[in-house]
Amino acid sequence: MGALAAVALLALIAYEVVRQASPAIDQFGLGFLRDDVWDPIKGSYGALTFIGGTVISSFLAVLIATPLAVAIALFLTELSPRRLAGPIATLVELLAAIPSVVLGLWGILVLGPWLAEHPEPWLHDHLGFIPLFAGDPSQAGMLSAVLILTIMIVPIVASLCRELFTRVPRDLQHASLALGSTRWEMVRGVILPYAGPGIAAAVLLGLGRAFGEAIAVTQVIGSGNAVHLAIFEPADTLASKIASTYQGAASDLEVQAILYLAAALLVISLVTNLAAQLVVARFERSRKVGQ
Amino acid sequence: MEPVTDDPGHALLTGSSANLRRRRRTERLLAGVAVAAALLAVGVLALVISSVAIKGASALSLDFFTQARPLFGGVGGIADALVGTVLIVGVATLIALPVGVLVAIYLSEFASPRVAFGLRLVLDVLNGVPAIVVGIFVFGLIVTGHGQSGLAGSFALAILMLPMIARATQEILRLVPPGLREASLALGASRWRTVVSVVLPSTVGGILTGTVLAVARVAGETAPLLFTSSIAANAISTDVTHALPSLPVAIFTFSESADPADHAMAWAAGLVLVAFVLVTSMAAKSLSARARRSIQPD
Repeated sequence: MGALAAVALLALIAYEVVRQASPAIDQFGLGFLRDDVWDPIKGSYGALTFIGGTVISSFLAVLIATPLAVAIALFLTELSPRRLAGPIATLVELLAAIPSVVLGLWGILVLGPWLAEHPEPWLHDHLGFIPLFAGDPSQAGMLSAVLILTIMIVPIVASLCRELFTRVPRDLQHASLALGSTRWEMVRGVILPYAGPGIAAAVLLGLGRAFGEAIAVTQVIGSGNAVHLAIFEPADTLASKIASTYQGAASDLEVQAILYLAAALLVISLVTNLAAQLVVARFERSRKVGQ
Repeated sequence: MEPVTDDPGHALLTGSSANLRRRRRTERLLAGVAVAAALLAVGVLALVISSVAIKGASALSLDFFTQARPLFGGVGGIADALVGTVLIVGVATLIALPVGVLVAIYLSEFASPRVAFGLRLVLDVLNGVPAIVVGIFVFGLIVTGHGQSGLAGSFALAILMLPMIARATQEILRLVPPGLREASLALGASRWRTVVSVVLPSTVGGILTGTVLAVARVAGETAPLLFTSSIAANAISTDVTHALPSLPVAIFTFSESADPADHAMAWAAGLVLVAFVLVTSMAAKSLSARARRSIQPD
C-alpha cells in the first residue's frame, strides 16, 4: 500500500544516508562532531565548524524572526481591518514562496554589499567591543545568512501563529476585555498563554527549516572555516558545506566526510521536527480536553 | 468592541489616571510595533521582487527563451534550463501524485486513528527533512553507480512533493461530508468503490490545487538537484536518463560566478522563476478556496 511506502521512504532515507556515511563514521567516530579542522589535504575532517555555524545562524535567525512573526500574526488577527488582513496574509505567505536560490541571489548581490557598506562599518566602529560585531565588515558572511534565514522563517512562523490566534476562544478574549483590559493586556493575558505551546512548535518548525536551508546560505555566507561569533565574517553551516562541494570532492574520504555531515544534519532536523510535532499533538489534546 | 478603559468613569473608580495613561501608552506602542512588523514583511517582499524585476527585465528577450546557454561567454538564453526544469518537475509530479493520493486515501478512509496519527507524523517529519539531505540520499541511492540523470533529480523532487500532496489531499478528503460516504456504503458499494466513484470525484479540484502548489514549491528547489542533475551540457535535451540543466541550478551557478554578465543572466532567470512560482501559487490558492466551497457550500 502507498502508506507503507511513505513510512519506508523515511526509514530508507535515514538508513541510506547513515550507511553511506558509515565508513567516515567508523573512521572518525563521534570525535568528528567535536573536531573543528576540515583539511582535505591532510585528510583530517571535523564537523564542529559547521555545526557551530548551523547553530549560530539558525538561532540568531529564530531570535529575530519570532517576535516579528508573532507581531505580524497579532496585527493580522487583532488590529488589521478584516478587508486588509486577507491580502496582507497572502503577501506574507508569498514571501515564503520565493525560491531560496532567488532569495540567495538577492542576498549576495544586493543585501550583502549594502550591509558591508552601511550598517556593518557603523556597528563595527561603535559596538565593536561586543564579540558579535568584532569582525571586519564583508559582503558575504554570517549576518547576510542570518537575515536571509530570517526572511525565510518569518512567513512560516507568522502564518502558523495566525492560525493559532484565530483559534483562541472568542469568549475568553471578550471576557478579558469586559474586565477592563486593554487589547495588549488581553493579548498578554489570554492569547499568548493559550497559544504558547503552539508558538513554541511553530518556532521549532522554523528552526528546522533554518537548519536545513542549504542553497541561499551557501550563496551568502561566504566560506569560513572557524567557529566564531563575529557575524560579519564568512562562516559555513552543515547544509552549506554539503551544497558547496557539489562539483566534486578531493577524495573518497572527503565524500564520506560530507555524507557524515549529511547524517548529522538529518539527525538534527529529525529531532527538531519530531519535537515540534509532539508539542503540537500534546497541545491539541490538552485543548480538546479543556473545551 | 472598545475596551472599557476609554470610559473616563473607569479612571475615577480606580483613581489612578497616571496608571491609565501608562497602559494606554503601552497599548499604542505595541500596536505600532505590530503594524511596523507587518509593514516590514510586506516591504521586504516588495524590495526583493522589485530588485529581481528591475534587474531581470533588461536581459529578457525572445532569444533568452529560445536559445541555449552559450558555452564560452557570449549571448544566449536559458532554453536548455527551461526544458530541463519542465521535464524534471513533470516526471516528479507523475511519480508523487499517484503515491501521494494513495497515501492520503489510506490515511483518511482506511487507517485506524492510531495508525493515522503515526502516518501523519511520518509525513510531517518527511516534510521537514532538509532538501539537501534528500539530494544526498538520492545521490547515494541512484547517482553513485549510475551517474547523474534527470530521473534522479525527478525522484528527489518527488520525495519532497509526496508529503505536500498527501497532506493537501488528506485535508480535502476530510471535508467530504460523511453522509455522502454513508449513502454510497448503504447502497451496497464496497469501500473502494465508494472512494473511487463518490469521494474522489468531489475532491479532484482540491487534489489538483494541492499538486499545483507542490509544483510551485519544488520548481524552485536547487538543493535536491545539485547532487542529482547538475553537471550537464548547456544544450537543449529531452533525455531524462542523463543529467539535465535546470532553472534553479542555472541561477545558482550564475550567482556564484564572478562575471557581471552571468549576474545579469541570473537576475533574468530569477525573474522567470519567481514569476512562475508566484503566479502558480497565487492561482492555486484562489482555486483552493473555490474547491473547498464546492465541497462544503456554507
